[in-house]
Amino acid sequence: MLVVKNLHASVGDKEILKGIDLRVNPGEVHAIMGPNGSGKSTLASVLAGSEKFTVTGGEVTFLGKDLLSMPIEDRARMGLFLGFQYPVEIPGVTMANFMKIAVNEHRKYRGEEPLTAGEFLRMMREKSAIVELDPKLTSRAVNEGFSGGEKKKNEIFQMAMLEPRLSILDETDSGLDIDALRIVATGVTRLHTGNNATVVITHYQRLLDYIVPDYVHVLYKGRIIYSGDKSLALKLEKEGYDWLINDYREEQQ
Amino acid sequence: MANDTKNIIEEIESGEYKYGFTSSIETETIARGLDEEVVRLISRKKGEPEWLLESRLKAYRHWLKMPVPQWAHLDIPDIDFQDIIYYAAPKPRKSLSSMDEVDPELKRTFDKLGIPLEEQMALSGVAVDAVMDSVSVKTTFRQTLAEKGIIFCSISEAVKEYPELIRKYLGSVVPYTDNYYAALNAAVFSDGSFCYIPKGVRCPMELSTYFRINAEGTGQFERTLIVADEGSYVSYLEGCTAPRRDENQLHAAVVEIVVERDAEVKYSTVQNWYPGDKEGRGGIYNFVTKRGLCRENARLSWTQVETGSAITWKYPSCVLLGDNSVGEFYSVAMTNNFQQADTGTKMIHLGRNTRSRIVSKGISAGRSQNAYRGLVKVSRDADNARNYSQCDSLLIGDKCGAHTFPVIDSRNPSAVLEHEATTSKISEEQLFYCNQRGLSTEEAVGLIVNGYAREVLSKLPMEFAVEAQKLLSISLEGSVG
Repeated sequence: MLVVKNLHASVGDKEILKGIDLRVNPGEVHAIMGPNGSGKSTLASVLAGSEKFTVTGGEVTFLGKDLLSMPIEDRARMGLFLGFQYPVEIPGVTMANFMKIAVNEHRKYRGEEPLTAGEFLRMMREKSAIVELDPKLTSRAVNEGFSGGEKKKNEIFQMAMLEPRLSILDETDSGLDIDALRIVATGVTRLHTGNNATVVITHYQRLLDYIVPDYVHVLYKGRIIYSGDKSLALKLEKEGYDWLINDYREEQQ
Repeated sequence: MANDTKNIIEEIESGEYKYGFTSSIETETIARGLDEEVVRLISRKKGEPEWLLESRLKAYRHWLKMPVPQWAHLDIPDIDFQDIIYYAAPKPRKSLSSMDEVDPELKRTFDKLGIPLEEQMALSGVAVDAVMDSVSVKTTFRQTLAEKGIIFCSISEAVKEYPELIRKYLGSVVPYTDNYYAALNAAVFSDGSFCYIPKGVRCPMELSTYFRINAEGTGQFERTLIVADEGSYVSYLEGCTAPRRDENQLHAAVVEIVVERDAEVKYSTVQNWYPGDKEGRGGIYNFVTKRGLCRENARLSWTQVETGSAITWKYPSCVLLGDNSVGEFYSVAMTNNFQQADTGTKMIHLGRNTRSRIVSKGISAGRSQNAYRGLVKVSRDADNARNYSQCDSLLIGDKCGAHTFPVIDSRNPSAVLEHEATTSKISEEQLFYCNQRGLSTEEAVGLIVNGYAREVLSKLPMEFAVEAQKLLSISLEGSVG
């Protein structure tokens, strides 16, 4: 579904991604971990098409298409979803209105008719239940005055609405209390099918108690230096990254 | 809503100013230029009484002595007042007594503009007075309104049929001495709308004036007078369009509103005069004086969405004369390309316990300049006056300018005045977020701008609000790259 080959990206003169290789198949859950500043969020942003970064090398195919040549909105419409670490506020634009436009843009891209108001409202009710999002929030402006937990629930609500093929969740667990973490993580798991895939970026193993990954990758200084199964996350939780980083340094020398 | 958005995108892609067509209507015009003889000629053409001619001449003589105002944050080219045609009228085939006798081309023009002149369009529930170039061509629903004693007609007719009302109120809120363009208007105004709501009557429908400039080389000088008698209510809408032309055309209107004791008037404007092209050629100079006088417990609310005109110079104001009267001003002013706007309001607190509220949202894009100018004045006797002002500016791109000139002049220590101001840009993060959810950048900007203006748009009557939303998105065409 997603094939990343030797991806390099910079911000200004500074190279952040230094050759990423990653392959994600339908039905899989991947976790990306790694110390602060290793390039995890950059990877997510570059795949989504953020113009803050310049891709300086490598290639990415998504569902057989050259992802890097597509505008941001087409990547989204094809089914690439990014759950933001810091969702932005859009004053005066209701969540319902925002989602209605977004959902219908996705439908148009697939050659489907726009939803009727009734269909849309029903869909919103169903999907907001998945993350126990207060239905009242959908009549408020996008993320405006939302608590940290509500913002993250709202990201997963949007994921539920847009039914993406590939979801990249950038530290969706940060800033959540234990109950909110459970709700958000359970929501993500319920949305998982054999036909879609999820990449979660996280610092904490506890998220992975709910969202059980098939693969865990460790990103360090712009490269994936180690990949393993879910037991790797447990080991990292206990022992930290030092042992991996030291091994990696030795290898490099 | 999604459909609306789709339409907006299509309209953005398909064209610029969609009201830029001209109509081939036989027009009667007088020669270019202005002198006393022209003033007399206009008055004669309209068959006016002597007192009105005298008042026009007084205004004209006063205007001659006045300097052109230069204080606005506007770069206004010299206007040659001798190169303007001061009277243009669609030639009537004969005297109009029913809809069937209106020139079919004229009817088509207003159909194109989406203005329902046919009484069958009663469904939309809006009574319309349509002003083409200098004269009012048709007022709808007069019969329905007359049953309630409401007068809604062109000001020329009102001069003939209700001379005592006109004589009492015309110039009572905006005297000809007020300013340069008000003086010019008082001298040469050719038509406009008159509306009178009798005591205790709630006007059952929105009243609407639709202004259209068609003839070339003409100026448009309408005069609107609204009188809401004690305890009455009316909601009034005003819309404007003009053909696309390389020349600049002058529009200098005056709107006077008298809100008697316990009465309420809502005045909404969607101003979409031709703004000029992308290089700043052509467009309307919109120099307008709008003011209302509020008696005891009266309430006047101005709502304006200004997207058109090459240059806009207007400050709809409230004189809060009566105790406990309330004035409101809600404004969205959007400029793009080379447009310039200097707009805002004046709230003059004279009575006790008077309250006013100002919400101004400026949006600048392209190379445009957009200024808010406001005055909140509290006189010595205006005990317990309150004002809340909020002036926000939104910048799109880095070649435009936003300016605010708020003036507070308080002579009474019991006054409570609040002022808030913000300046913001549409952030890259907001656009990225919207794009990531599948919205194109044009769509995202339209959505963000409409969200920003929502507080003001929500004050407009429903159909007008939808129209205004579309207009905001369309006017942004080409502003994001």
